[in-house]
Amino acid sequence: MVNVMGHKIDMAVNLGGIRMRNPVTVASGTFGYGQEYAGLVDVTRLGAITVKGIRLREWPGNPLPRHVEVPGGMLNAIGLQGPGVEGFARDYMPFLRTTGVPVIVNIWGADESEYAEVARRLGEVEGVSGLELNISCPNVKEGGSVFGTDPRAAASLVAAVRRATTLPLMPKLAPNVPDIRVFVRAAQEAGADALSLINTLPAMAIDIESRRPILANKVGGLSGSAIHPVAVKLVWEAAQAARVPILAMGGIMGPEQAVEFMLAGAAAVAVGTANFIDPGVFLRVIDGIEAYMRRQGLGSVRELTGAVICD
Amino acid sequence: MVDTMCEVVGHKPLTEVYREMDLSAPEIAGQARPGQFVHVRVPGIGAASLRRPFSIFGADCGRLKILYKNVGRGTAEMTRLRTGDKLQVIGPLGNGFPLEPEGEALLVAGGYGVAPLFFLAGRLPRAGVALIGGRAAADILAREDFERIGWRVRVATQDGSLGEKGLVTDLLDRELERLRQKGLRGEIFACGPEGMSRAVGERAAAAGMRGWLSLDKRMVCGVGACLACVQKLRRADGSTWIGRVCHDGPVFEAREIVW
Repeated sequence: MVNVMGHKIDMAVNLGGIRMRNPVTVASGTFGYGQEYAGLVDVTRLGAITVKGIRLREWPGNPLPRHVEVPGGMLNAIGLQGPGVEGFARDYMPFLRTTGVPVIVNIWGADESEYAEVARRLGEVEGVSGLELNISCPNVKEGGSVFGTDPRAAASLVAAVRRATTLPLMPKLAPNVPDIRVFVRAAQEAGADALSLINTLPAMAIDIESRRPILANKVGGLSGSAIHPVAVKLVWEAAQAARVPILAMGGIMGPEQAVEFMLAGAAAVAVGTANFIDPGVFLRVIDGIEAYMRRQGLGSVRELTGAVICD
Repeated sequence: MVDTMCEVVGHKPLTEVYREMDLSAPEIAGQARPGQFVHVRVPGIGAASLRRPFSIFGADCGRLKILYKNVGRGTAEMTRLRTGDKLQVIGPLGNGFPLEPEGEALLVAGGYGVAPLFFLAGRLPRAGVALIGGRAAADILAREDFERIGWRVRVATQDGSLGEKGLVTDLLDRELERLRQKGLRGEIFACGPEGMSRAVGERAAAAGMRGWLSLDKRMVCGVGACLACVQKLRRADGSTWIGRVCHDGPVFEAREIVW
């Protein structure tokens, strides 16, 4: 990438062993398996494609309604519907391999052994670049947040998956914990190569006429603009305890929020709910980060990480 | 499928709560098939608001028509749009109806469910019968539009304020009986509330006809990525799978659907 002045801008980042040619990916669950959006936008421009969470076997997810719009965002309780490892490798990896973009697979399970088995099997699938370990989904009874809100359970799980794979391993942390730094330390000591945050915030909406929860699952996860400042604060705190790179997400609607995350300490960012509203948003984010660097006279996007000034 | 900025070129009330909006959208209109839909980013409801899906009511000469009911925050804001205003539209999306019915085409519409069926009526090889139902006279739309293109129209309202008092499925029962007595074949196309679609599907199966149902589910992404609008479906071999109404539908054959 060369600007009009011939000033070269280096957009590449290394997310714990996942080599991205720019710091922008998509949040798991908001971009399917990439192919759904391929007819609409150039998905090969992404720094990485992060796919929907998968467990060992096919999983049906939750009953409907699975979503509701709320001011500043939405609640979802999809419940991690997915094709299982084999279905994913068979039905979705062929397209993903054609993109030439690193593929991050979000994984989950009911217990440590399932997580580890999913990780082991994905290590045998050509084209998988890294694993995002989902220890913070608010919408499933097993797995998910059971591990995400107890630092010892999180550390034990990360260690178990670490033993099962040499792929870059990136636990996705829950936002609803008293001190995120405890989980940052627990995860990296157990062998995490990178950290991903934040997952959606546990939330609820009630239909006042019927007096019933709107989501069939009763509760779900809040995402979108509303959670962005919460996420910035958590990323900033996490970065102070982290030795490994951070992938930040939560309410990115354009390049401004992406830059904010990087200044707070993120090495890379993921666009989530905004994909549903504007499928081309990640292109604006990539181009906008570059424009920001040019304005600031910076040469490498890596200079942005943690560059917030706190006098 | 494209994501494009469209200009409003026409916008008029049809009844108190229903409106028709015409958009200049050559790329979408040129590709659109009956039963497909568009996903609209409504200006003025906040940048973080989700898109709204609308069935295509018509697509001709670069123009796209949608028909909508003012039911919430998004559609309320849409009523304020004027000629010359612009909005971002993804489309055409979804699979659409098949266009080669066996025998007579029976269209069954509930409320704004007439939208995709009127578009379909104009593209089918022969005119058939359009059965339109609603709660009251104000919910009966596009009746004259069907008649203008040579379709026979029957109307039912639950309060009896227009046409027959009763449900649109009562009208369907009568048409099915007529075909049965004459030994004629038919194929059913329906769009309306879930209860209506389900009742129509049962009748199609009982009559041994194909029944194509366009499902109305709340959507988020519109392209099959988010899994918010799923429907349990049955394959020919009896095994089941979970389809996405936005991507694998919104039109399914009645026997495919596991209610």
